[in-house]
Amino acid sequence: MKKRIIRIISFALALVAVIGVTLYFGAVLQDARLDNREGHLLCGYYDTTDSRDVIFIGDCEVYEGFVPATLFEEYGITSYVRGSSQQTVWQSYHILEETLERETPKAVVFNVLALHYGETPQESISRMSLEDMEWSKHKLDAILASMTEEESLISYFLPILRYHSRWSELDGDDFKHAFDKHADITHQGYLMQTGIDPVDTTDNRQPDDMLESLPYRAIEYLDKMTALCKEKGIELILVKAPTNSIRYYWYPEWDAQMVSYAEQNSLAYYSMIGKDEEIGLDWSTDTYDKGLHLNVYGAEKVTSYFGKILAENHNMPDHRTDAELSAIWDERIDAYYKERNGEK
Amino acid sequence: MNFASFEFLAFLAILTLVYFVVPKKVQWIVLLLGSVVFYAFAGPVSFVFLLFAIVISYVTVQILGKRHASLKKYLEDTKETLTKDERKAYRAKHKNGSLLVVCLGILLLTVSLIYVKYLSGFSFKNGISFGSTLLEVMGISYYTFISIGYMIDVYREKAAVERNFFRHALFVSFFPQLAMGPISRYADTGEQLKVSHSFDAKEAWCGLLRILWGFFKKLVVADAIAPAIGYIVSEKLGGIYFILLCLFYSVRIYGDFTGGIDIVIGSAQILGIKLPENFNRPFSSKSTAEYWNRWHMTMGNWFTNYIFYPLSLTKTMQKLSKWGRAKLGVGIGKRLPVYTATIITWLATGLWHGFAWNFVVWGLLNGLVILVSQELNPLYEKFRARFPKLWHSAPYQSFMAIRTFLLMSLIRVFDCYCDVPLTFNRFFSVFYTFNIADIWNGGIMNLNVTGTQYIVIAVGIVVMTVVSRLSIKKPLRETLWEKPMLGNALMALLCIAILVFGSYGLGFDASAFIYGGTFN
Repeated sequence: MKKRIIRIISFALALVAVIGVTLYFGAVLQDARLDNREGHLLCGYYDTTDSRDVIFIGDCEVYEGFVPATLFEEYGITSYVRGSSQQTVWQSYHILEETLERETPKAVVFNVLALHYGETPQESISRMSLEDMEWSKHKLDAILASMTEEESLISYFLPILRYHSRWSELDGDDFKHAFDKHADITHQGYLMQTGIDPVDTTDNRQPDDMLESLPYRAIEYLDKMTALCKEKGIELILVKAPTNSIRYYWYPEWDAQMVSYAEQNSLAYYSMIGKDEEIGLDWSTDTYDKGLHLNVYGAEKVTSYFGKILAENHNMPDHRTDAELSAIWDERIDAYYKERNGEK
Repeated sequence: MNFASFEFLAFLAILTLVYFVVPKKVQWIVLLLGSVVFYAFAGPVSFVFLLFAIVISYVTVQILGKRHASLKKYLEDTKETLTKDERKAYRAKHKNGSLLVVCLGILLLTVSLIYVKYLSGFSFKNGISFGSTLLEVMGISYYTFISIGYMIDVYREKAAVERNFFRHALFVSFFPQLAMGPISRYADTGEQLKVSHSFDAKEAWCGLLRILWGFFKKLVVADAIAPAIGYIVSEKLGGIYFILLCLFYSVRIYGDFTGGIDIVIGSAQILGIKLPENFNRPFSSKSTAEYWNRWHMTMGNWFTNYIFYPLSLTKTMQKLSKWGRAKLGVGIGKRLPVYTATIITWLATGLWHGFAWNFVVWGLLNGLVILVSQELNPLYEKFRARFPKLWHSAPYQSFMAIRTFLLMSLIRVFDCYCDVPLTFNRFFSVFYTFNIADIWNGGIMNLNVTGTQYIVIAVGIVVMTVVSRLSIKKPLRETLWEKPMLGNALMALLCIAILVFGSYGLGFDASAFIYGGTFN
C-alpha cells in the first residue's frame, strides 16, 4: 500500500515537473527567438485604454507608413496602428474583431497590399503576429486561419514544440528575462526607422508578369472586414501605401480590382502609388531600405498627406482643443520626437 | 498515421480510455474499430488491400478448418473399416487438397503484395517501364506476412481456426503492428486479442516508459544524425566519410527501427497485449548468424519457418543433395540443399525489403557471410579449444562483437546509396582517399550536424548502451517499476530530453520511420 502511494505521488510529481519545465523552457525559448523589434508590435496595444478616431490595420506598410503622433500634431486626429510584419488579411480581420471589442473608432484604415497573399507566406513571420496577440477567441481564430500545413495547433499552446531546437543558442540572460513584460517599442503602433538607404536608381529590374487577380480567399476576408465595419457602423477606408520596390509591386490590375471593389461596397479607396510628387516623397532620403519601406521622414510625409484626406473627406474631428486629450497626446508626441532626435 | 506524431499519441490516449471503460466483452470491438480508424488515415486504396488480405486469409483458413474437421471425422468414422495403409493414403490425398487451398491463398496474397510493391508502377506508355510511382499501401508487407503465416499454421494444424470474421480481421489488422511489424504469429497474439484485459498499472507504466524510450531513440539519436547521412550520400563523399556513413547509418537504423518497435510494443502493452519482441541487443552479437537471431527477429523467424525449412525439405532439395553427393562428394552434397535454401531465403528477404538491386545484393551478401562463417566454424572451434581463456576474455568477446557490428554496418550501407556500383565505388575509395585528419580538420562539422548536436547524439548513444547493458537479465523498465521514485524521475527526464533535444516539428523532415515508410 505504501509503495502504491509512493508510486502515485512520484508519478504525479513527475508529471508536474514535465509540465512545469515544458512551460518554463517553452517560454524561454519562445522569447529568445523574438530578438527583433518586429516581434513586439501588437502587444503594446493591450496597455492602452483610450478610444481612437482611426485604427490603421495591415502589414509593414502600415506600421512604418502612418505616424499617429504626426496625425494628432497636424490634424488633431487620434489614432493607433495595429500593424505587424507580413500581416495577412485573415490576421487583420481577427485583429480588427479583437480591436472593435475594445473600442469603436470612427474609421478603420486597411492597407491592401496583403491582399495578394492567398495563403500564409511564411510560418515564422506569421507567428510573430500571432504570438504577440493576447489569448482570446480572436487569437485562436487567427491561428486557425493562418496555420500552414506543416504546423500543429498544439505548438501554439506549448511553444517548446516549435522552438525546442534553439536550446543551444540560449544564454543566461534569456533565462533571466523570460517572463519580463516587453516594453512597447512603438509610438501608438508606429515603428520608427530613422536610417536612410536611398533607392538604387541603377537597378533596372522589372516586376514579374502578374499571373492572376487577387486571391479569392483574401477577398473573402476583405468582405468579412467590410461586413464587420458596416455592422458596427464604422467606416472602412482602403489605402495602398507608397512603395518604390519591385518586391512588393502593386500591379495596376490589382489596383483596378480594388477600385471596383470599393465602388461596389461604397468604400473609399486611396492608392498612393504614383503620388510621390503630391506627397512630397523623395526616395533618396525617405526610405531606409532602398524603397521597400519608408523611414520616419517618408512616413511623416505620407501621414501628413493622408491626414488631410481624413480630415477633409471623412470629417475626422480635431481634438487639439481638448485639453485632457492634448495632454495625453503631447506626452506621446514628446516621446516620439525624443526617439526621432536620437535622444532615446 | 505516423507513430511519431501528436495525432498518434492522442489516438492512443483516447483508445486506451475507451478500451478500459467499455464492458470487457466488447474490448476487442474497440480494438478493431481503433485499427479501422488508424488505417483510415492511410486512405481508401490501402483499406481495400487490407480488406482483400483479411477476406482471402479468412476464407482460406475456414476451408482448411473444414477440411481438417472432415478428415478427422472421416478417420474417426472409418476407424474400424479401413486399414492403416488406406487411412494413410486417404490422409495424404486429403493433405494434397489442403495444400492446394493454402497455396492458392498464399498465391493471391503474394500477387497482391508483388503488385503493390513491384508492379503498380508498371506502364505501357512510351514503351514498357516500371515507372517511379508505386502504390502506397501502408503495412502491406507486414499484414501479408501475418496472414500467410496464419494460413500455413492452420494448414499445419499449429493454429486454431478463428470462425468469427471480425475477430480474424482484428488479428490481421491490429493497428500497432501494421506500420512496421513485428510480424506476429497467431500463437503470439491470436488468443490475447480474444480475451478481455483489465487495466494493469504496471503494464501501463512500463508501456508508457517504453513508448518514451522509443521516441528518445528515434527523435534524439536517429533523426539527429540523419542530416549527416543525407549529406555524405548526396555529395557522394568517400574515404573516411564512407566509414562515418557506415557507423552513422547503423546508429540511425538502430534508433529508428528499435525505437519504432518500442513505440509499437509499448502501445500494445498499455492495452494489455504482449507483442513478440523484434530485437534482442543485436549489436552485442558475436557472429552474423547470431546477429540475425537478434535483429528483426520476427522477420527472421518468418523466413526461417515459412521459406527456409519448407524449401530445405522439398523433394527437389533432396534430389539436389543426392546429385551433389554423387557428383561433388558427400561433404558438398550434404551442404548443397542448406546452402541453396539459405541463398534463396536471403534473396527473398532482400526482395521483401524492396524491388531493387541494392536489396538483392544486400540479401545475397548476408546469405554469403552467414555461409562463409558457417564454413569457418570448425576453425573457430579449434581456436576456441586451443585458447579457451583468450576466447572467453572480455577483449576477445568485444573484438567479435565489434567485428560483427562493422561487417553488418558495411553490408547495410547498400540501403543508403540505393545504387550498387556507386556503393562499391565509395567503398573502394576508402583505400585510396582515406585521410583520417579530415575528421579533426573540421570536416565532420560540415555535414549539416552541429557540434552540440554531435554531443547530444553521443550522450544518447551512451545512454542507449547503458540501458541495453542494464536490460540483459530483465528489461530496465521492470526494474524501475520496483523503484517508483527513481523510475518516475527518469521518466520525467526522458520526456524533457525528448521535448528539448528531439528532432521534430518544423525544420525537421525525418519524422517518418525508415521501416514504416520505405518498406511498406
